[in-house]
Amino acid sequence: MRTHKHLSVFDVVGPAMIGPSSSHTAGAARLANLARRLLQGPPRRARFTLYGSLASTYRGHGTDLALTAGSLGLAPDDERLRHAASLAKEAELAVEIVSEPRPEGLIHPNLVRIELFNAQDAVNVMGASLGGGKVEIYELDGFPVRLLGDEYTLVIHSQDRVGVLTSVTNLISEADANIGNMAVSRMRRGKSVIMCIELDAPLPECALEKLRAQPDIKKLTVVEGLRGGVG
Amino acid sequence: MDSLSELLHEAKAQGHTLGQMAVLYEAESSFCTPETAIKQMMIHLDTMEAAIDKGLDTPLPSVSGQSGGDAQRLSRQNPRLLGTMAHQAMVYALATMEVNASMGRIVAAPTAGSCGIVPGVLFAVARSGDYTREQMVQALFAAAAVGQVIGQNATLSGAQGGCQAECGSAAAMAAAAVVELVGGSPDAALEASAMALKNTLGLACDPVAGLVEIPCIKRNALCALLSLGAAEMALAGITSAIPVDEVIGAMDSVGRSLPAELKETAGGGLAQTPRGRHIARSLYGEPKE
Repeated sequence: MRTHKHLSVFDVVGPAMIGPSSSHTAGAARLANLARRLLQGPPRRARFTLYGSLASTYRGHGTDLALTAGSLGLAPDDERLRHAASLAKEAELAVEIVSEPRPEGLIHPNLVRIELFNAQDAVNVMGASLGGGKVEIYELDGFPVRLLGDEYTLVIHSQDRVGVLTSVTNLISEADANIGNMAVSRMRRGKSVIMCIELDAPLPECALEKLRAQPDIKKLTVVEGLRGGVG
Repeated sequence: MDSLSELLHEAKAQGHTLGQMAVLYEAESSFCTPETAIKQMMIHLDTMEAAIDKGLDTPLPSVSGQSGGDAQRLSRQNPRLLGTMAHQAMVYALATMEVNASMGRIVAAPTAGSCGIVPGVLFAVARSGDYTREQMVQALFAAAAVGQVIGQNATLSGAQGGCQAECGSAAAMAAAAVVELVGGSPDAALEASAMALKNTLGLACDPVAGLVEIPCIKRNALCALLSLGAAEMALAGITSAIPVDEVIGAMDSVGRSLPAELKETAGGGLAQTPRGRHIARSLYGEPKE
């Protein structure tokens, strides 16, 4: 588990969540909810590949229900979570669970790959449930990233070219928005990059339009924040 | 908040309770107003109470079918050995943990596996007297102050420190909360925390089949008793020979020394007893390593 430079009192008393396990239930719901926000629409098909401890004990913890509920857009403290299987049927979401209890080279004991699909788009993330309901996504569509999903975040797929980063940050500062955290990752030089930019406040629609109009930006995803404690 | 002794020093200098200090800390570090922080804690208090009521009024079996109904069983029995308050604390802790095990809504305090202790003790004490919701919220902030320092300087995760990090921390948090609630000093609150945490050092996290049920549910109820006992001693002026920050340090080092089998892996302790293994087999159809 990563060390937090700042632990809120609401990380200690809170967050509110659906049990039984903050890592195997609430964290799983949060990870799938984050994947759903990245997809930006209702998925029609979901595949969850569980590794390590999540794989060996998911039935008793309702991890499968939590993942299904999250991909339907339910929050980790939504009491409908236990009915996720029937909600998925209503929403025409097909769910597949793959269990890999003993994979090679596990980077975290509670790891899950979430793949969501609909007619327009697909999202493929690998994330870990860190305990206490906290999560982190390590991989997005094959790119190494670090996505927490607590704060309003822009995820930008763009061409890897000189000046792209500057034009993005300029447009953000023109909108008077403050960047709280930013990470850029790429697969190969000169190909494509993913930028994850956490902002202190949402960008206005006009600023988002300007960003989308940039020729090098291939895809802009606005991930609304889902706070664990306050709010 | 770097240490509890520092927090205590500040609290005394400013004439504040631990709860008030935690409100100020949260407002400053999370860029919110004290009122916002208090409002959020009030929501948690309501959620805690709803879980207690739900566990007692409409109990459900756990997802695995291994637990449920004990809160109601204990509450229907007139206590023969315990006082009313201690009996209620156990009932409320069981109720909260059973709601958790049945995929109900709880507040992690500090985790889901230890979510019964703080509300169990707090509501038992609060309902025994004339306490306002605002006082209960302040008590929760006192609990949070203690948990926050434990989390920062040691760990609150069973996977890292064993059950002492979860239920032990919760007992320390609850003890401080009720000392402040009944009007004890910040000094006394932290002495209570130290005594509660000391008594859980070395506690293994050995859940049967890896689930937050056996022994977690009953352990929450018994840690609620421990909390009340520590608070009672502190209110009588009894102090811990080892200062609270050093107890937290000891908990951290004991946690590091515990083998992985006793840190939430279901690889040892109760999980690996013949009955524990039998239960795991009946749920998963194969032995858990």
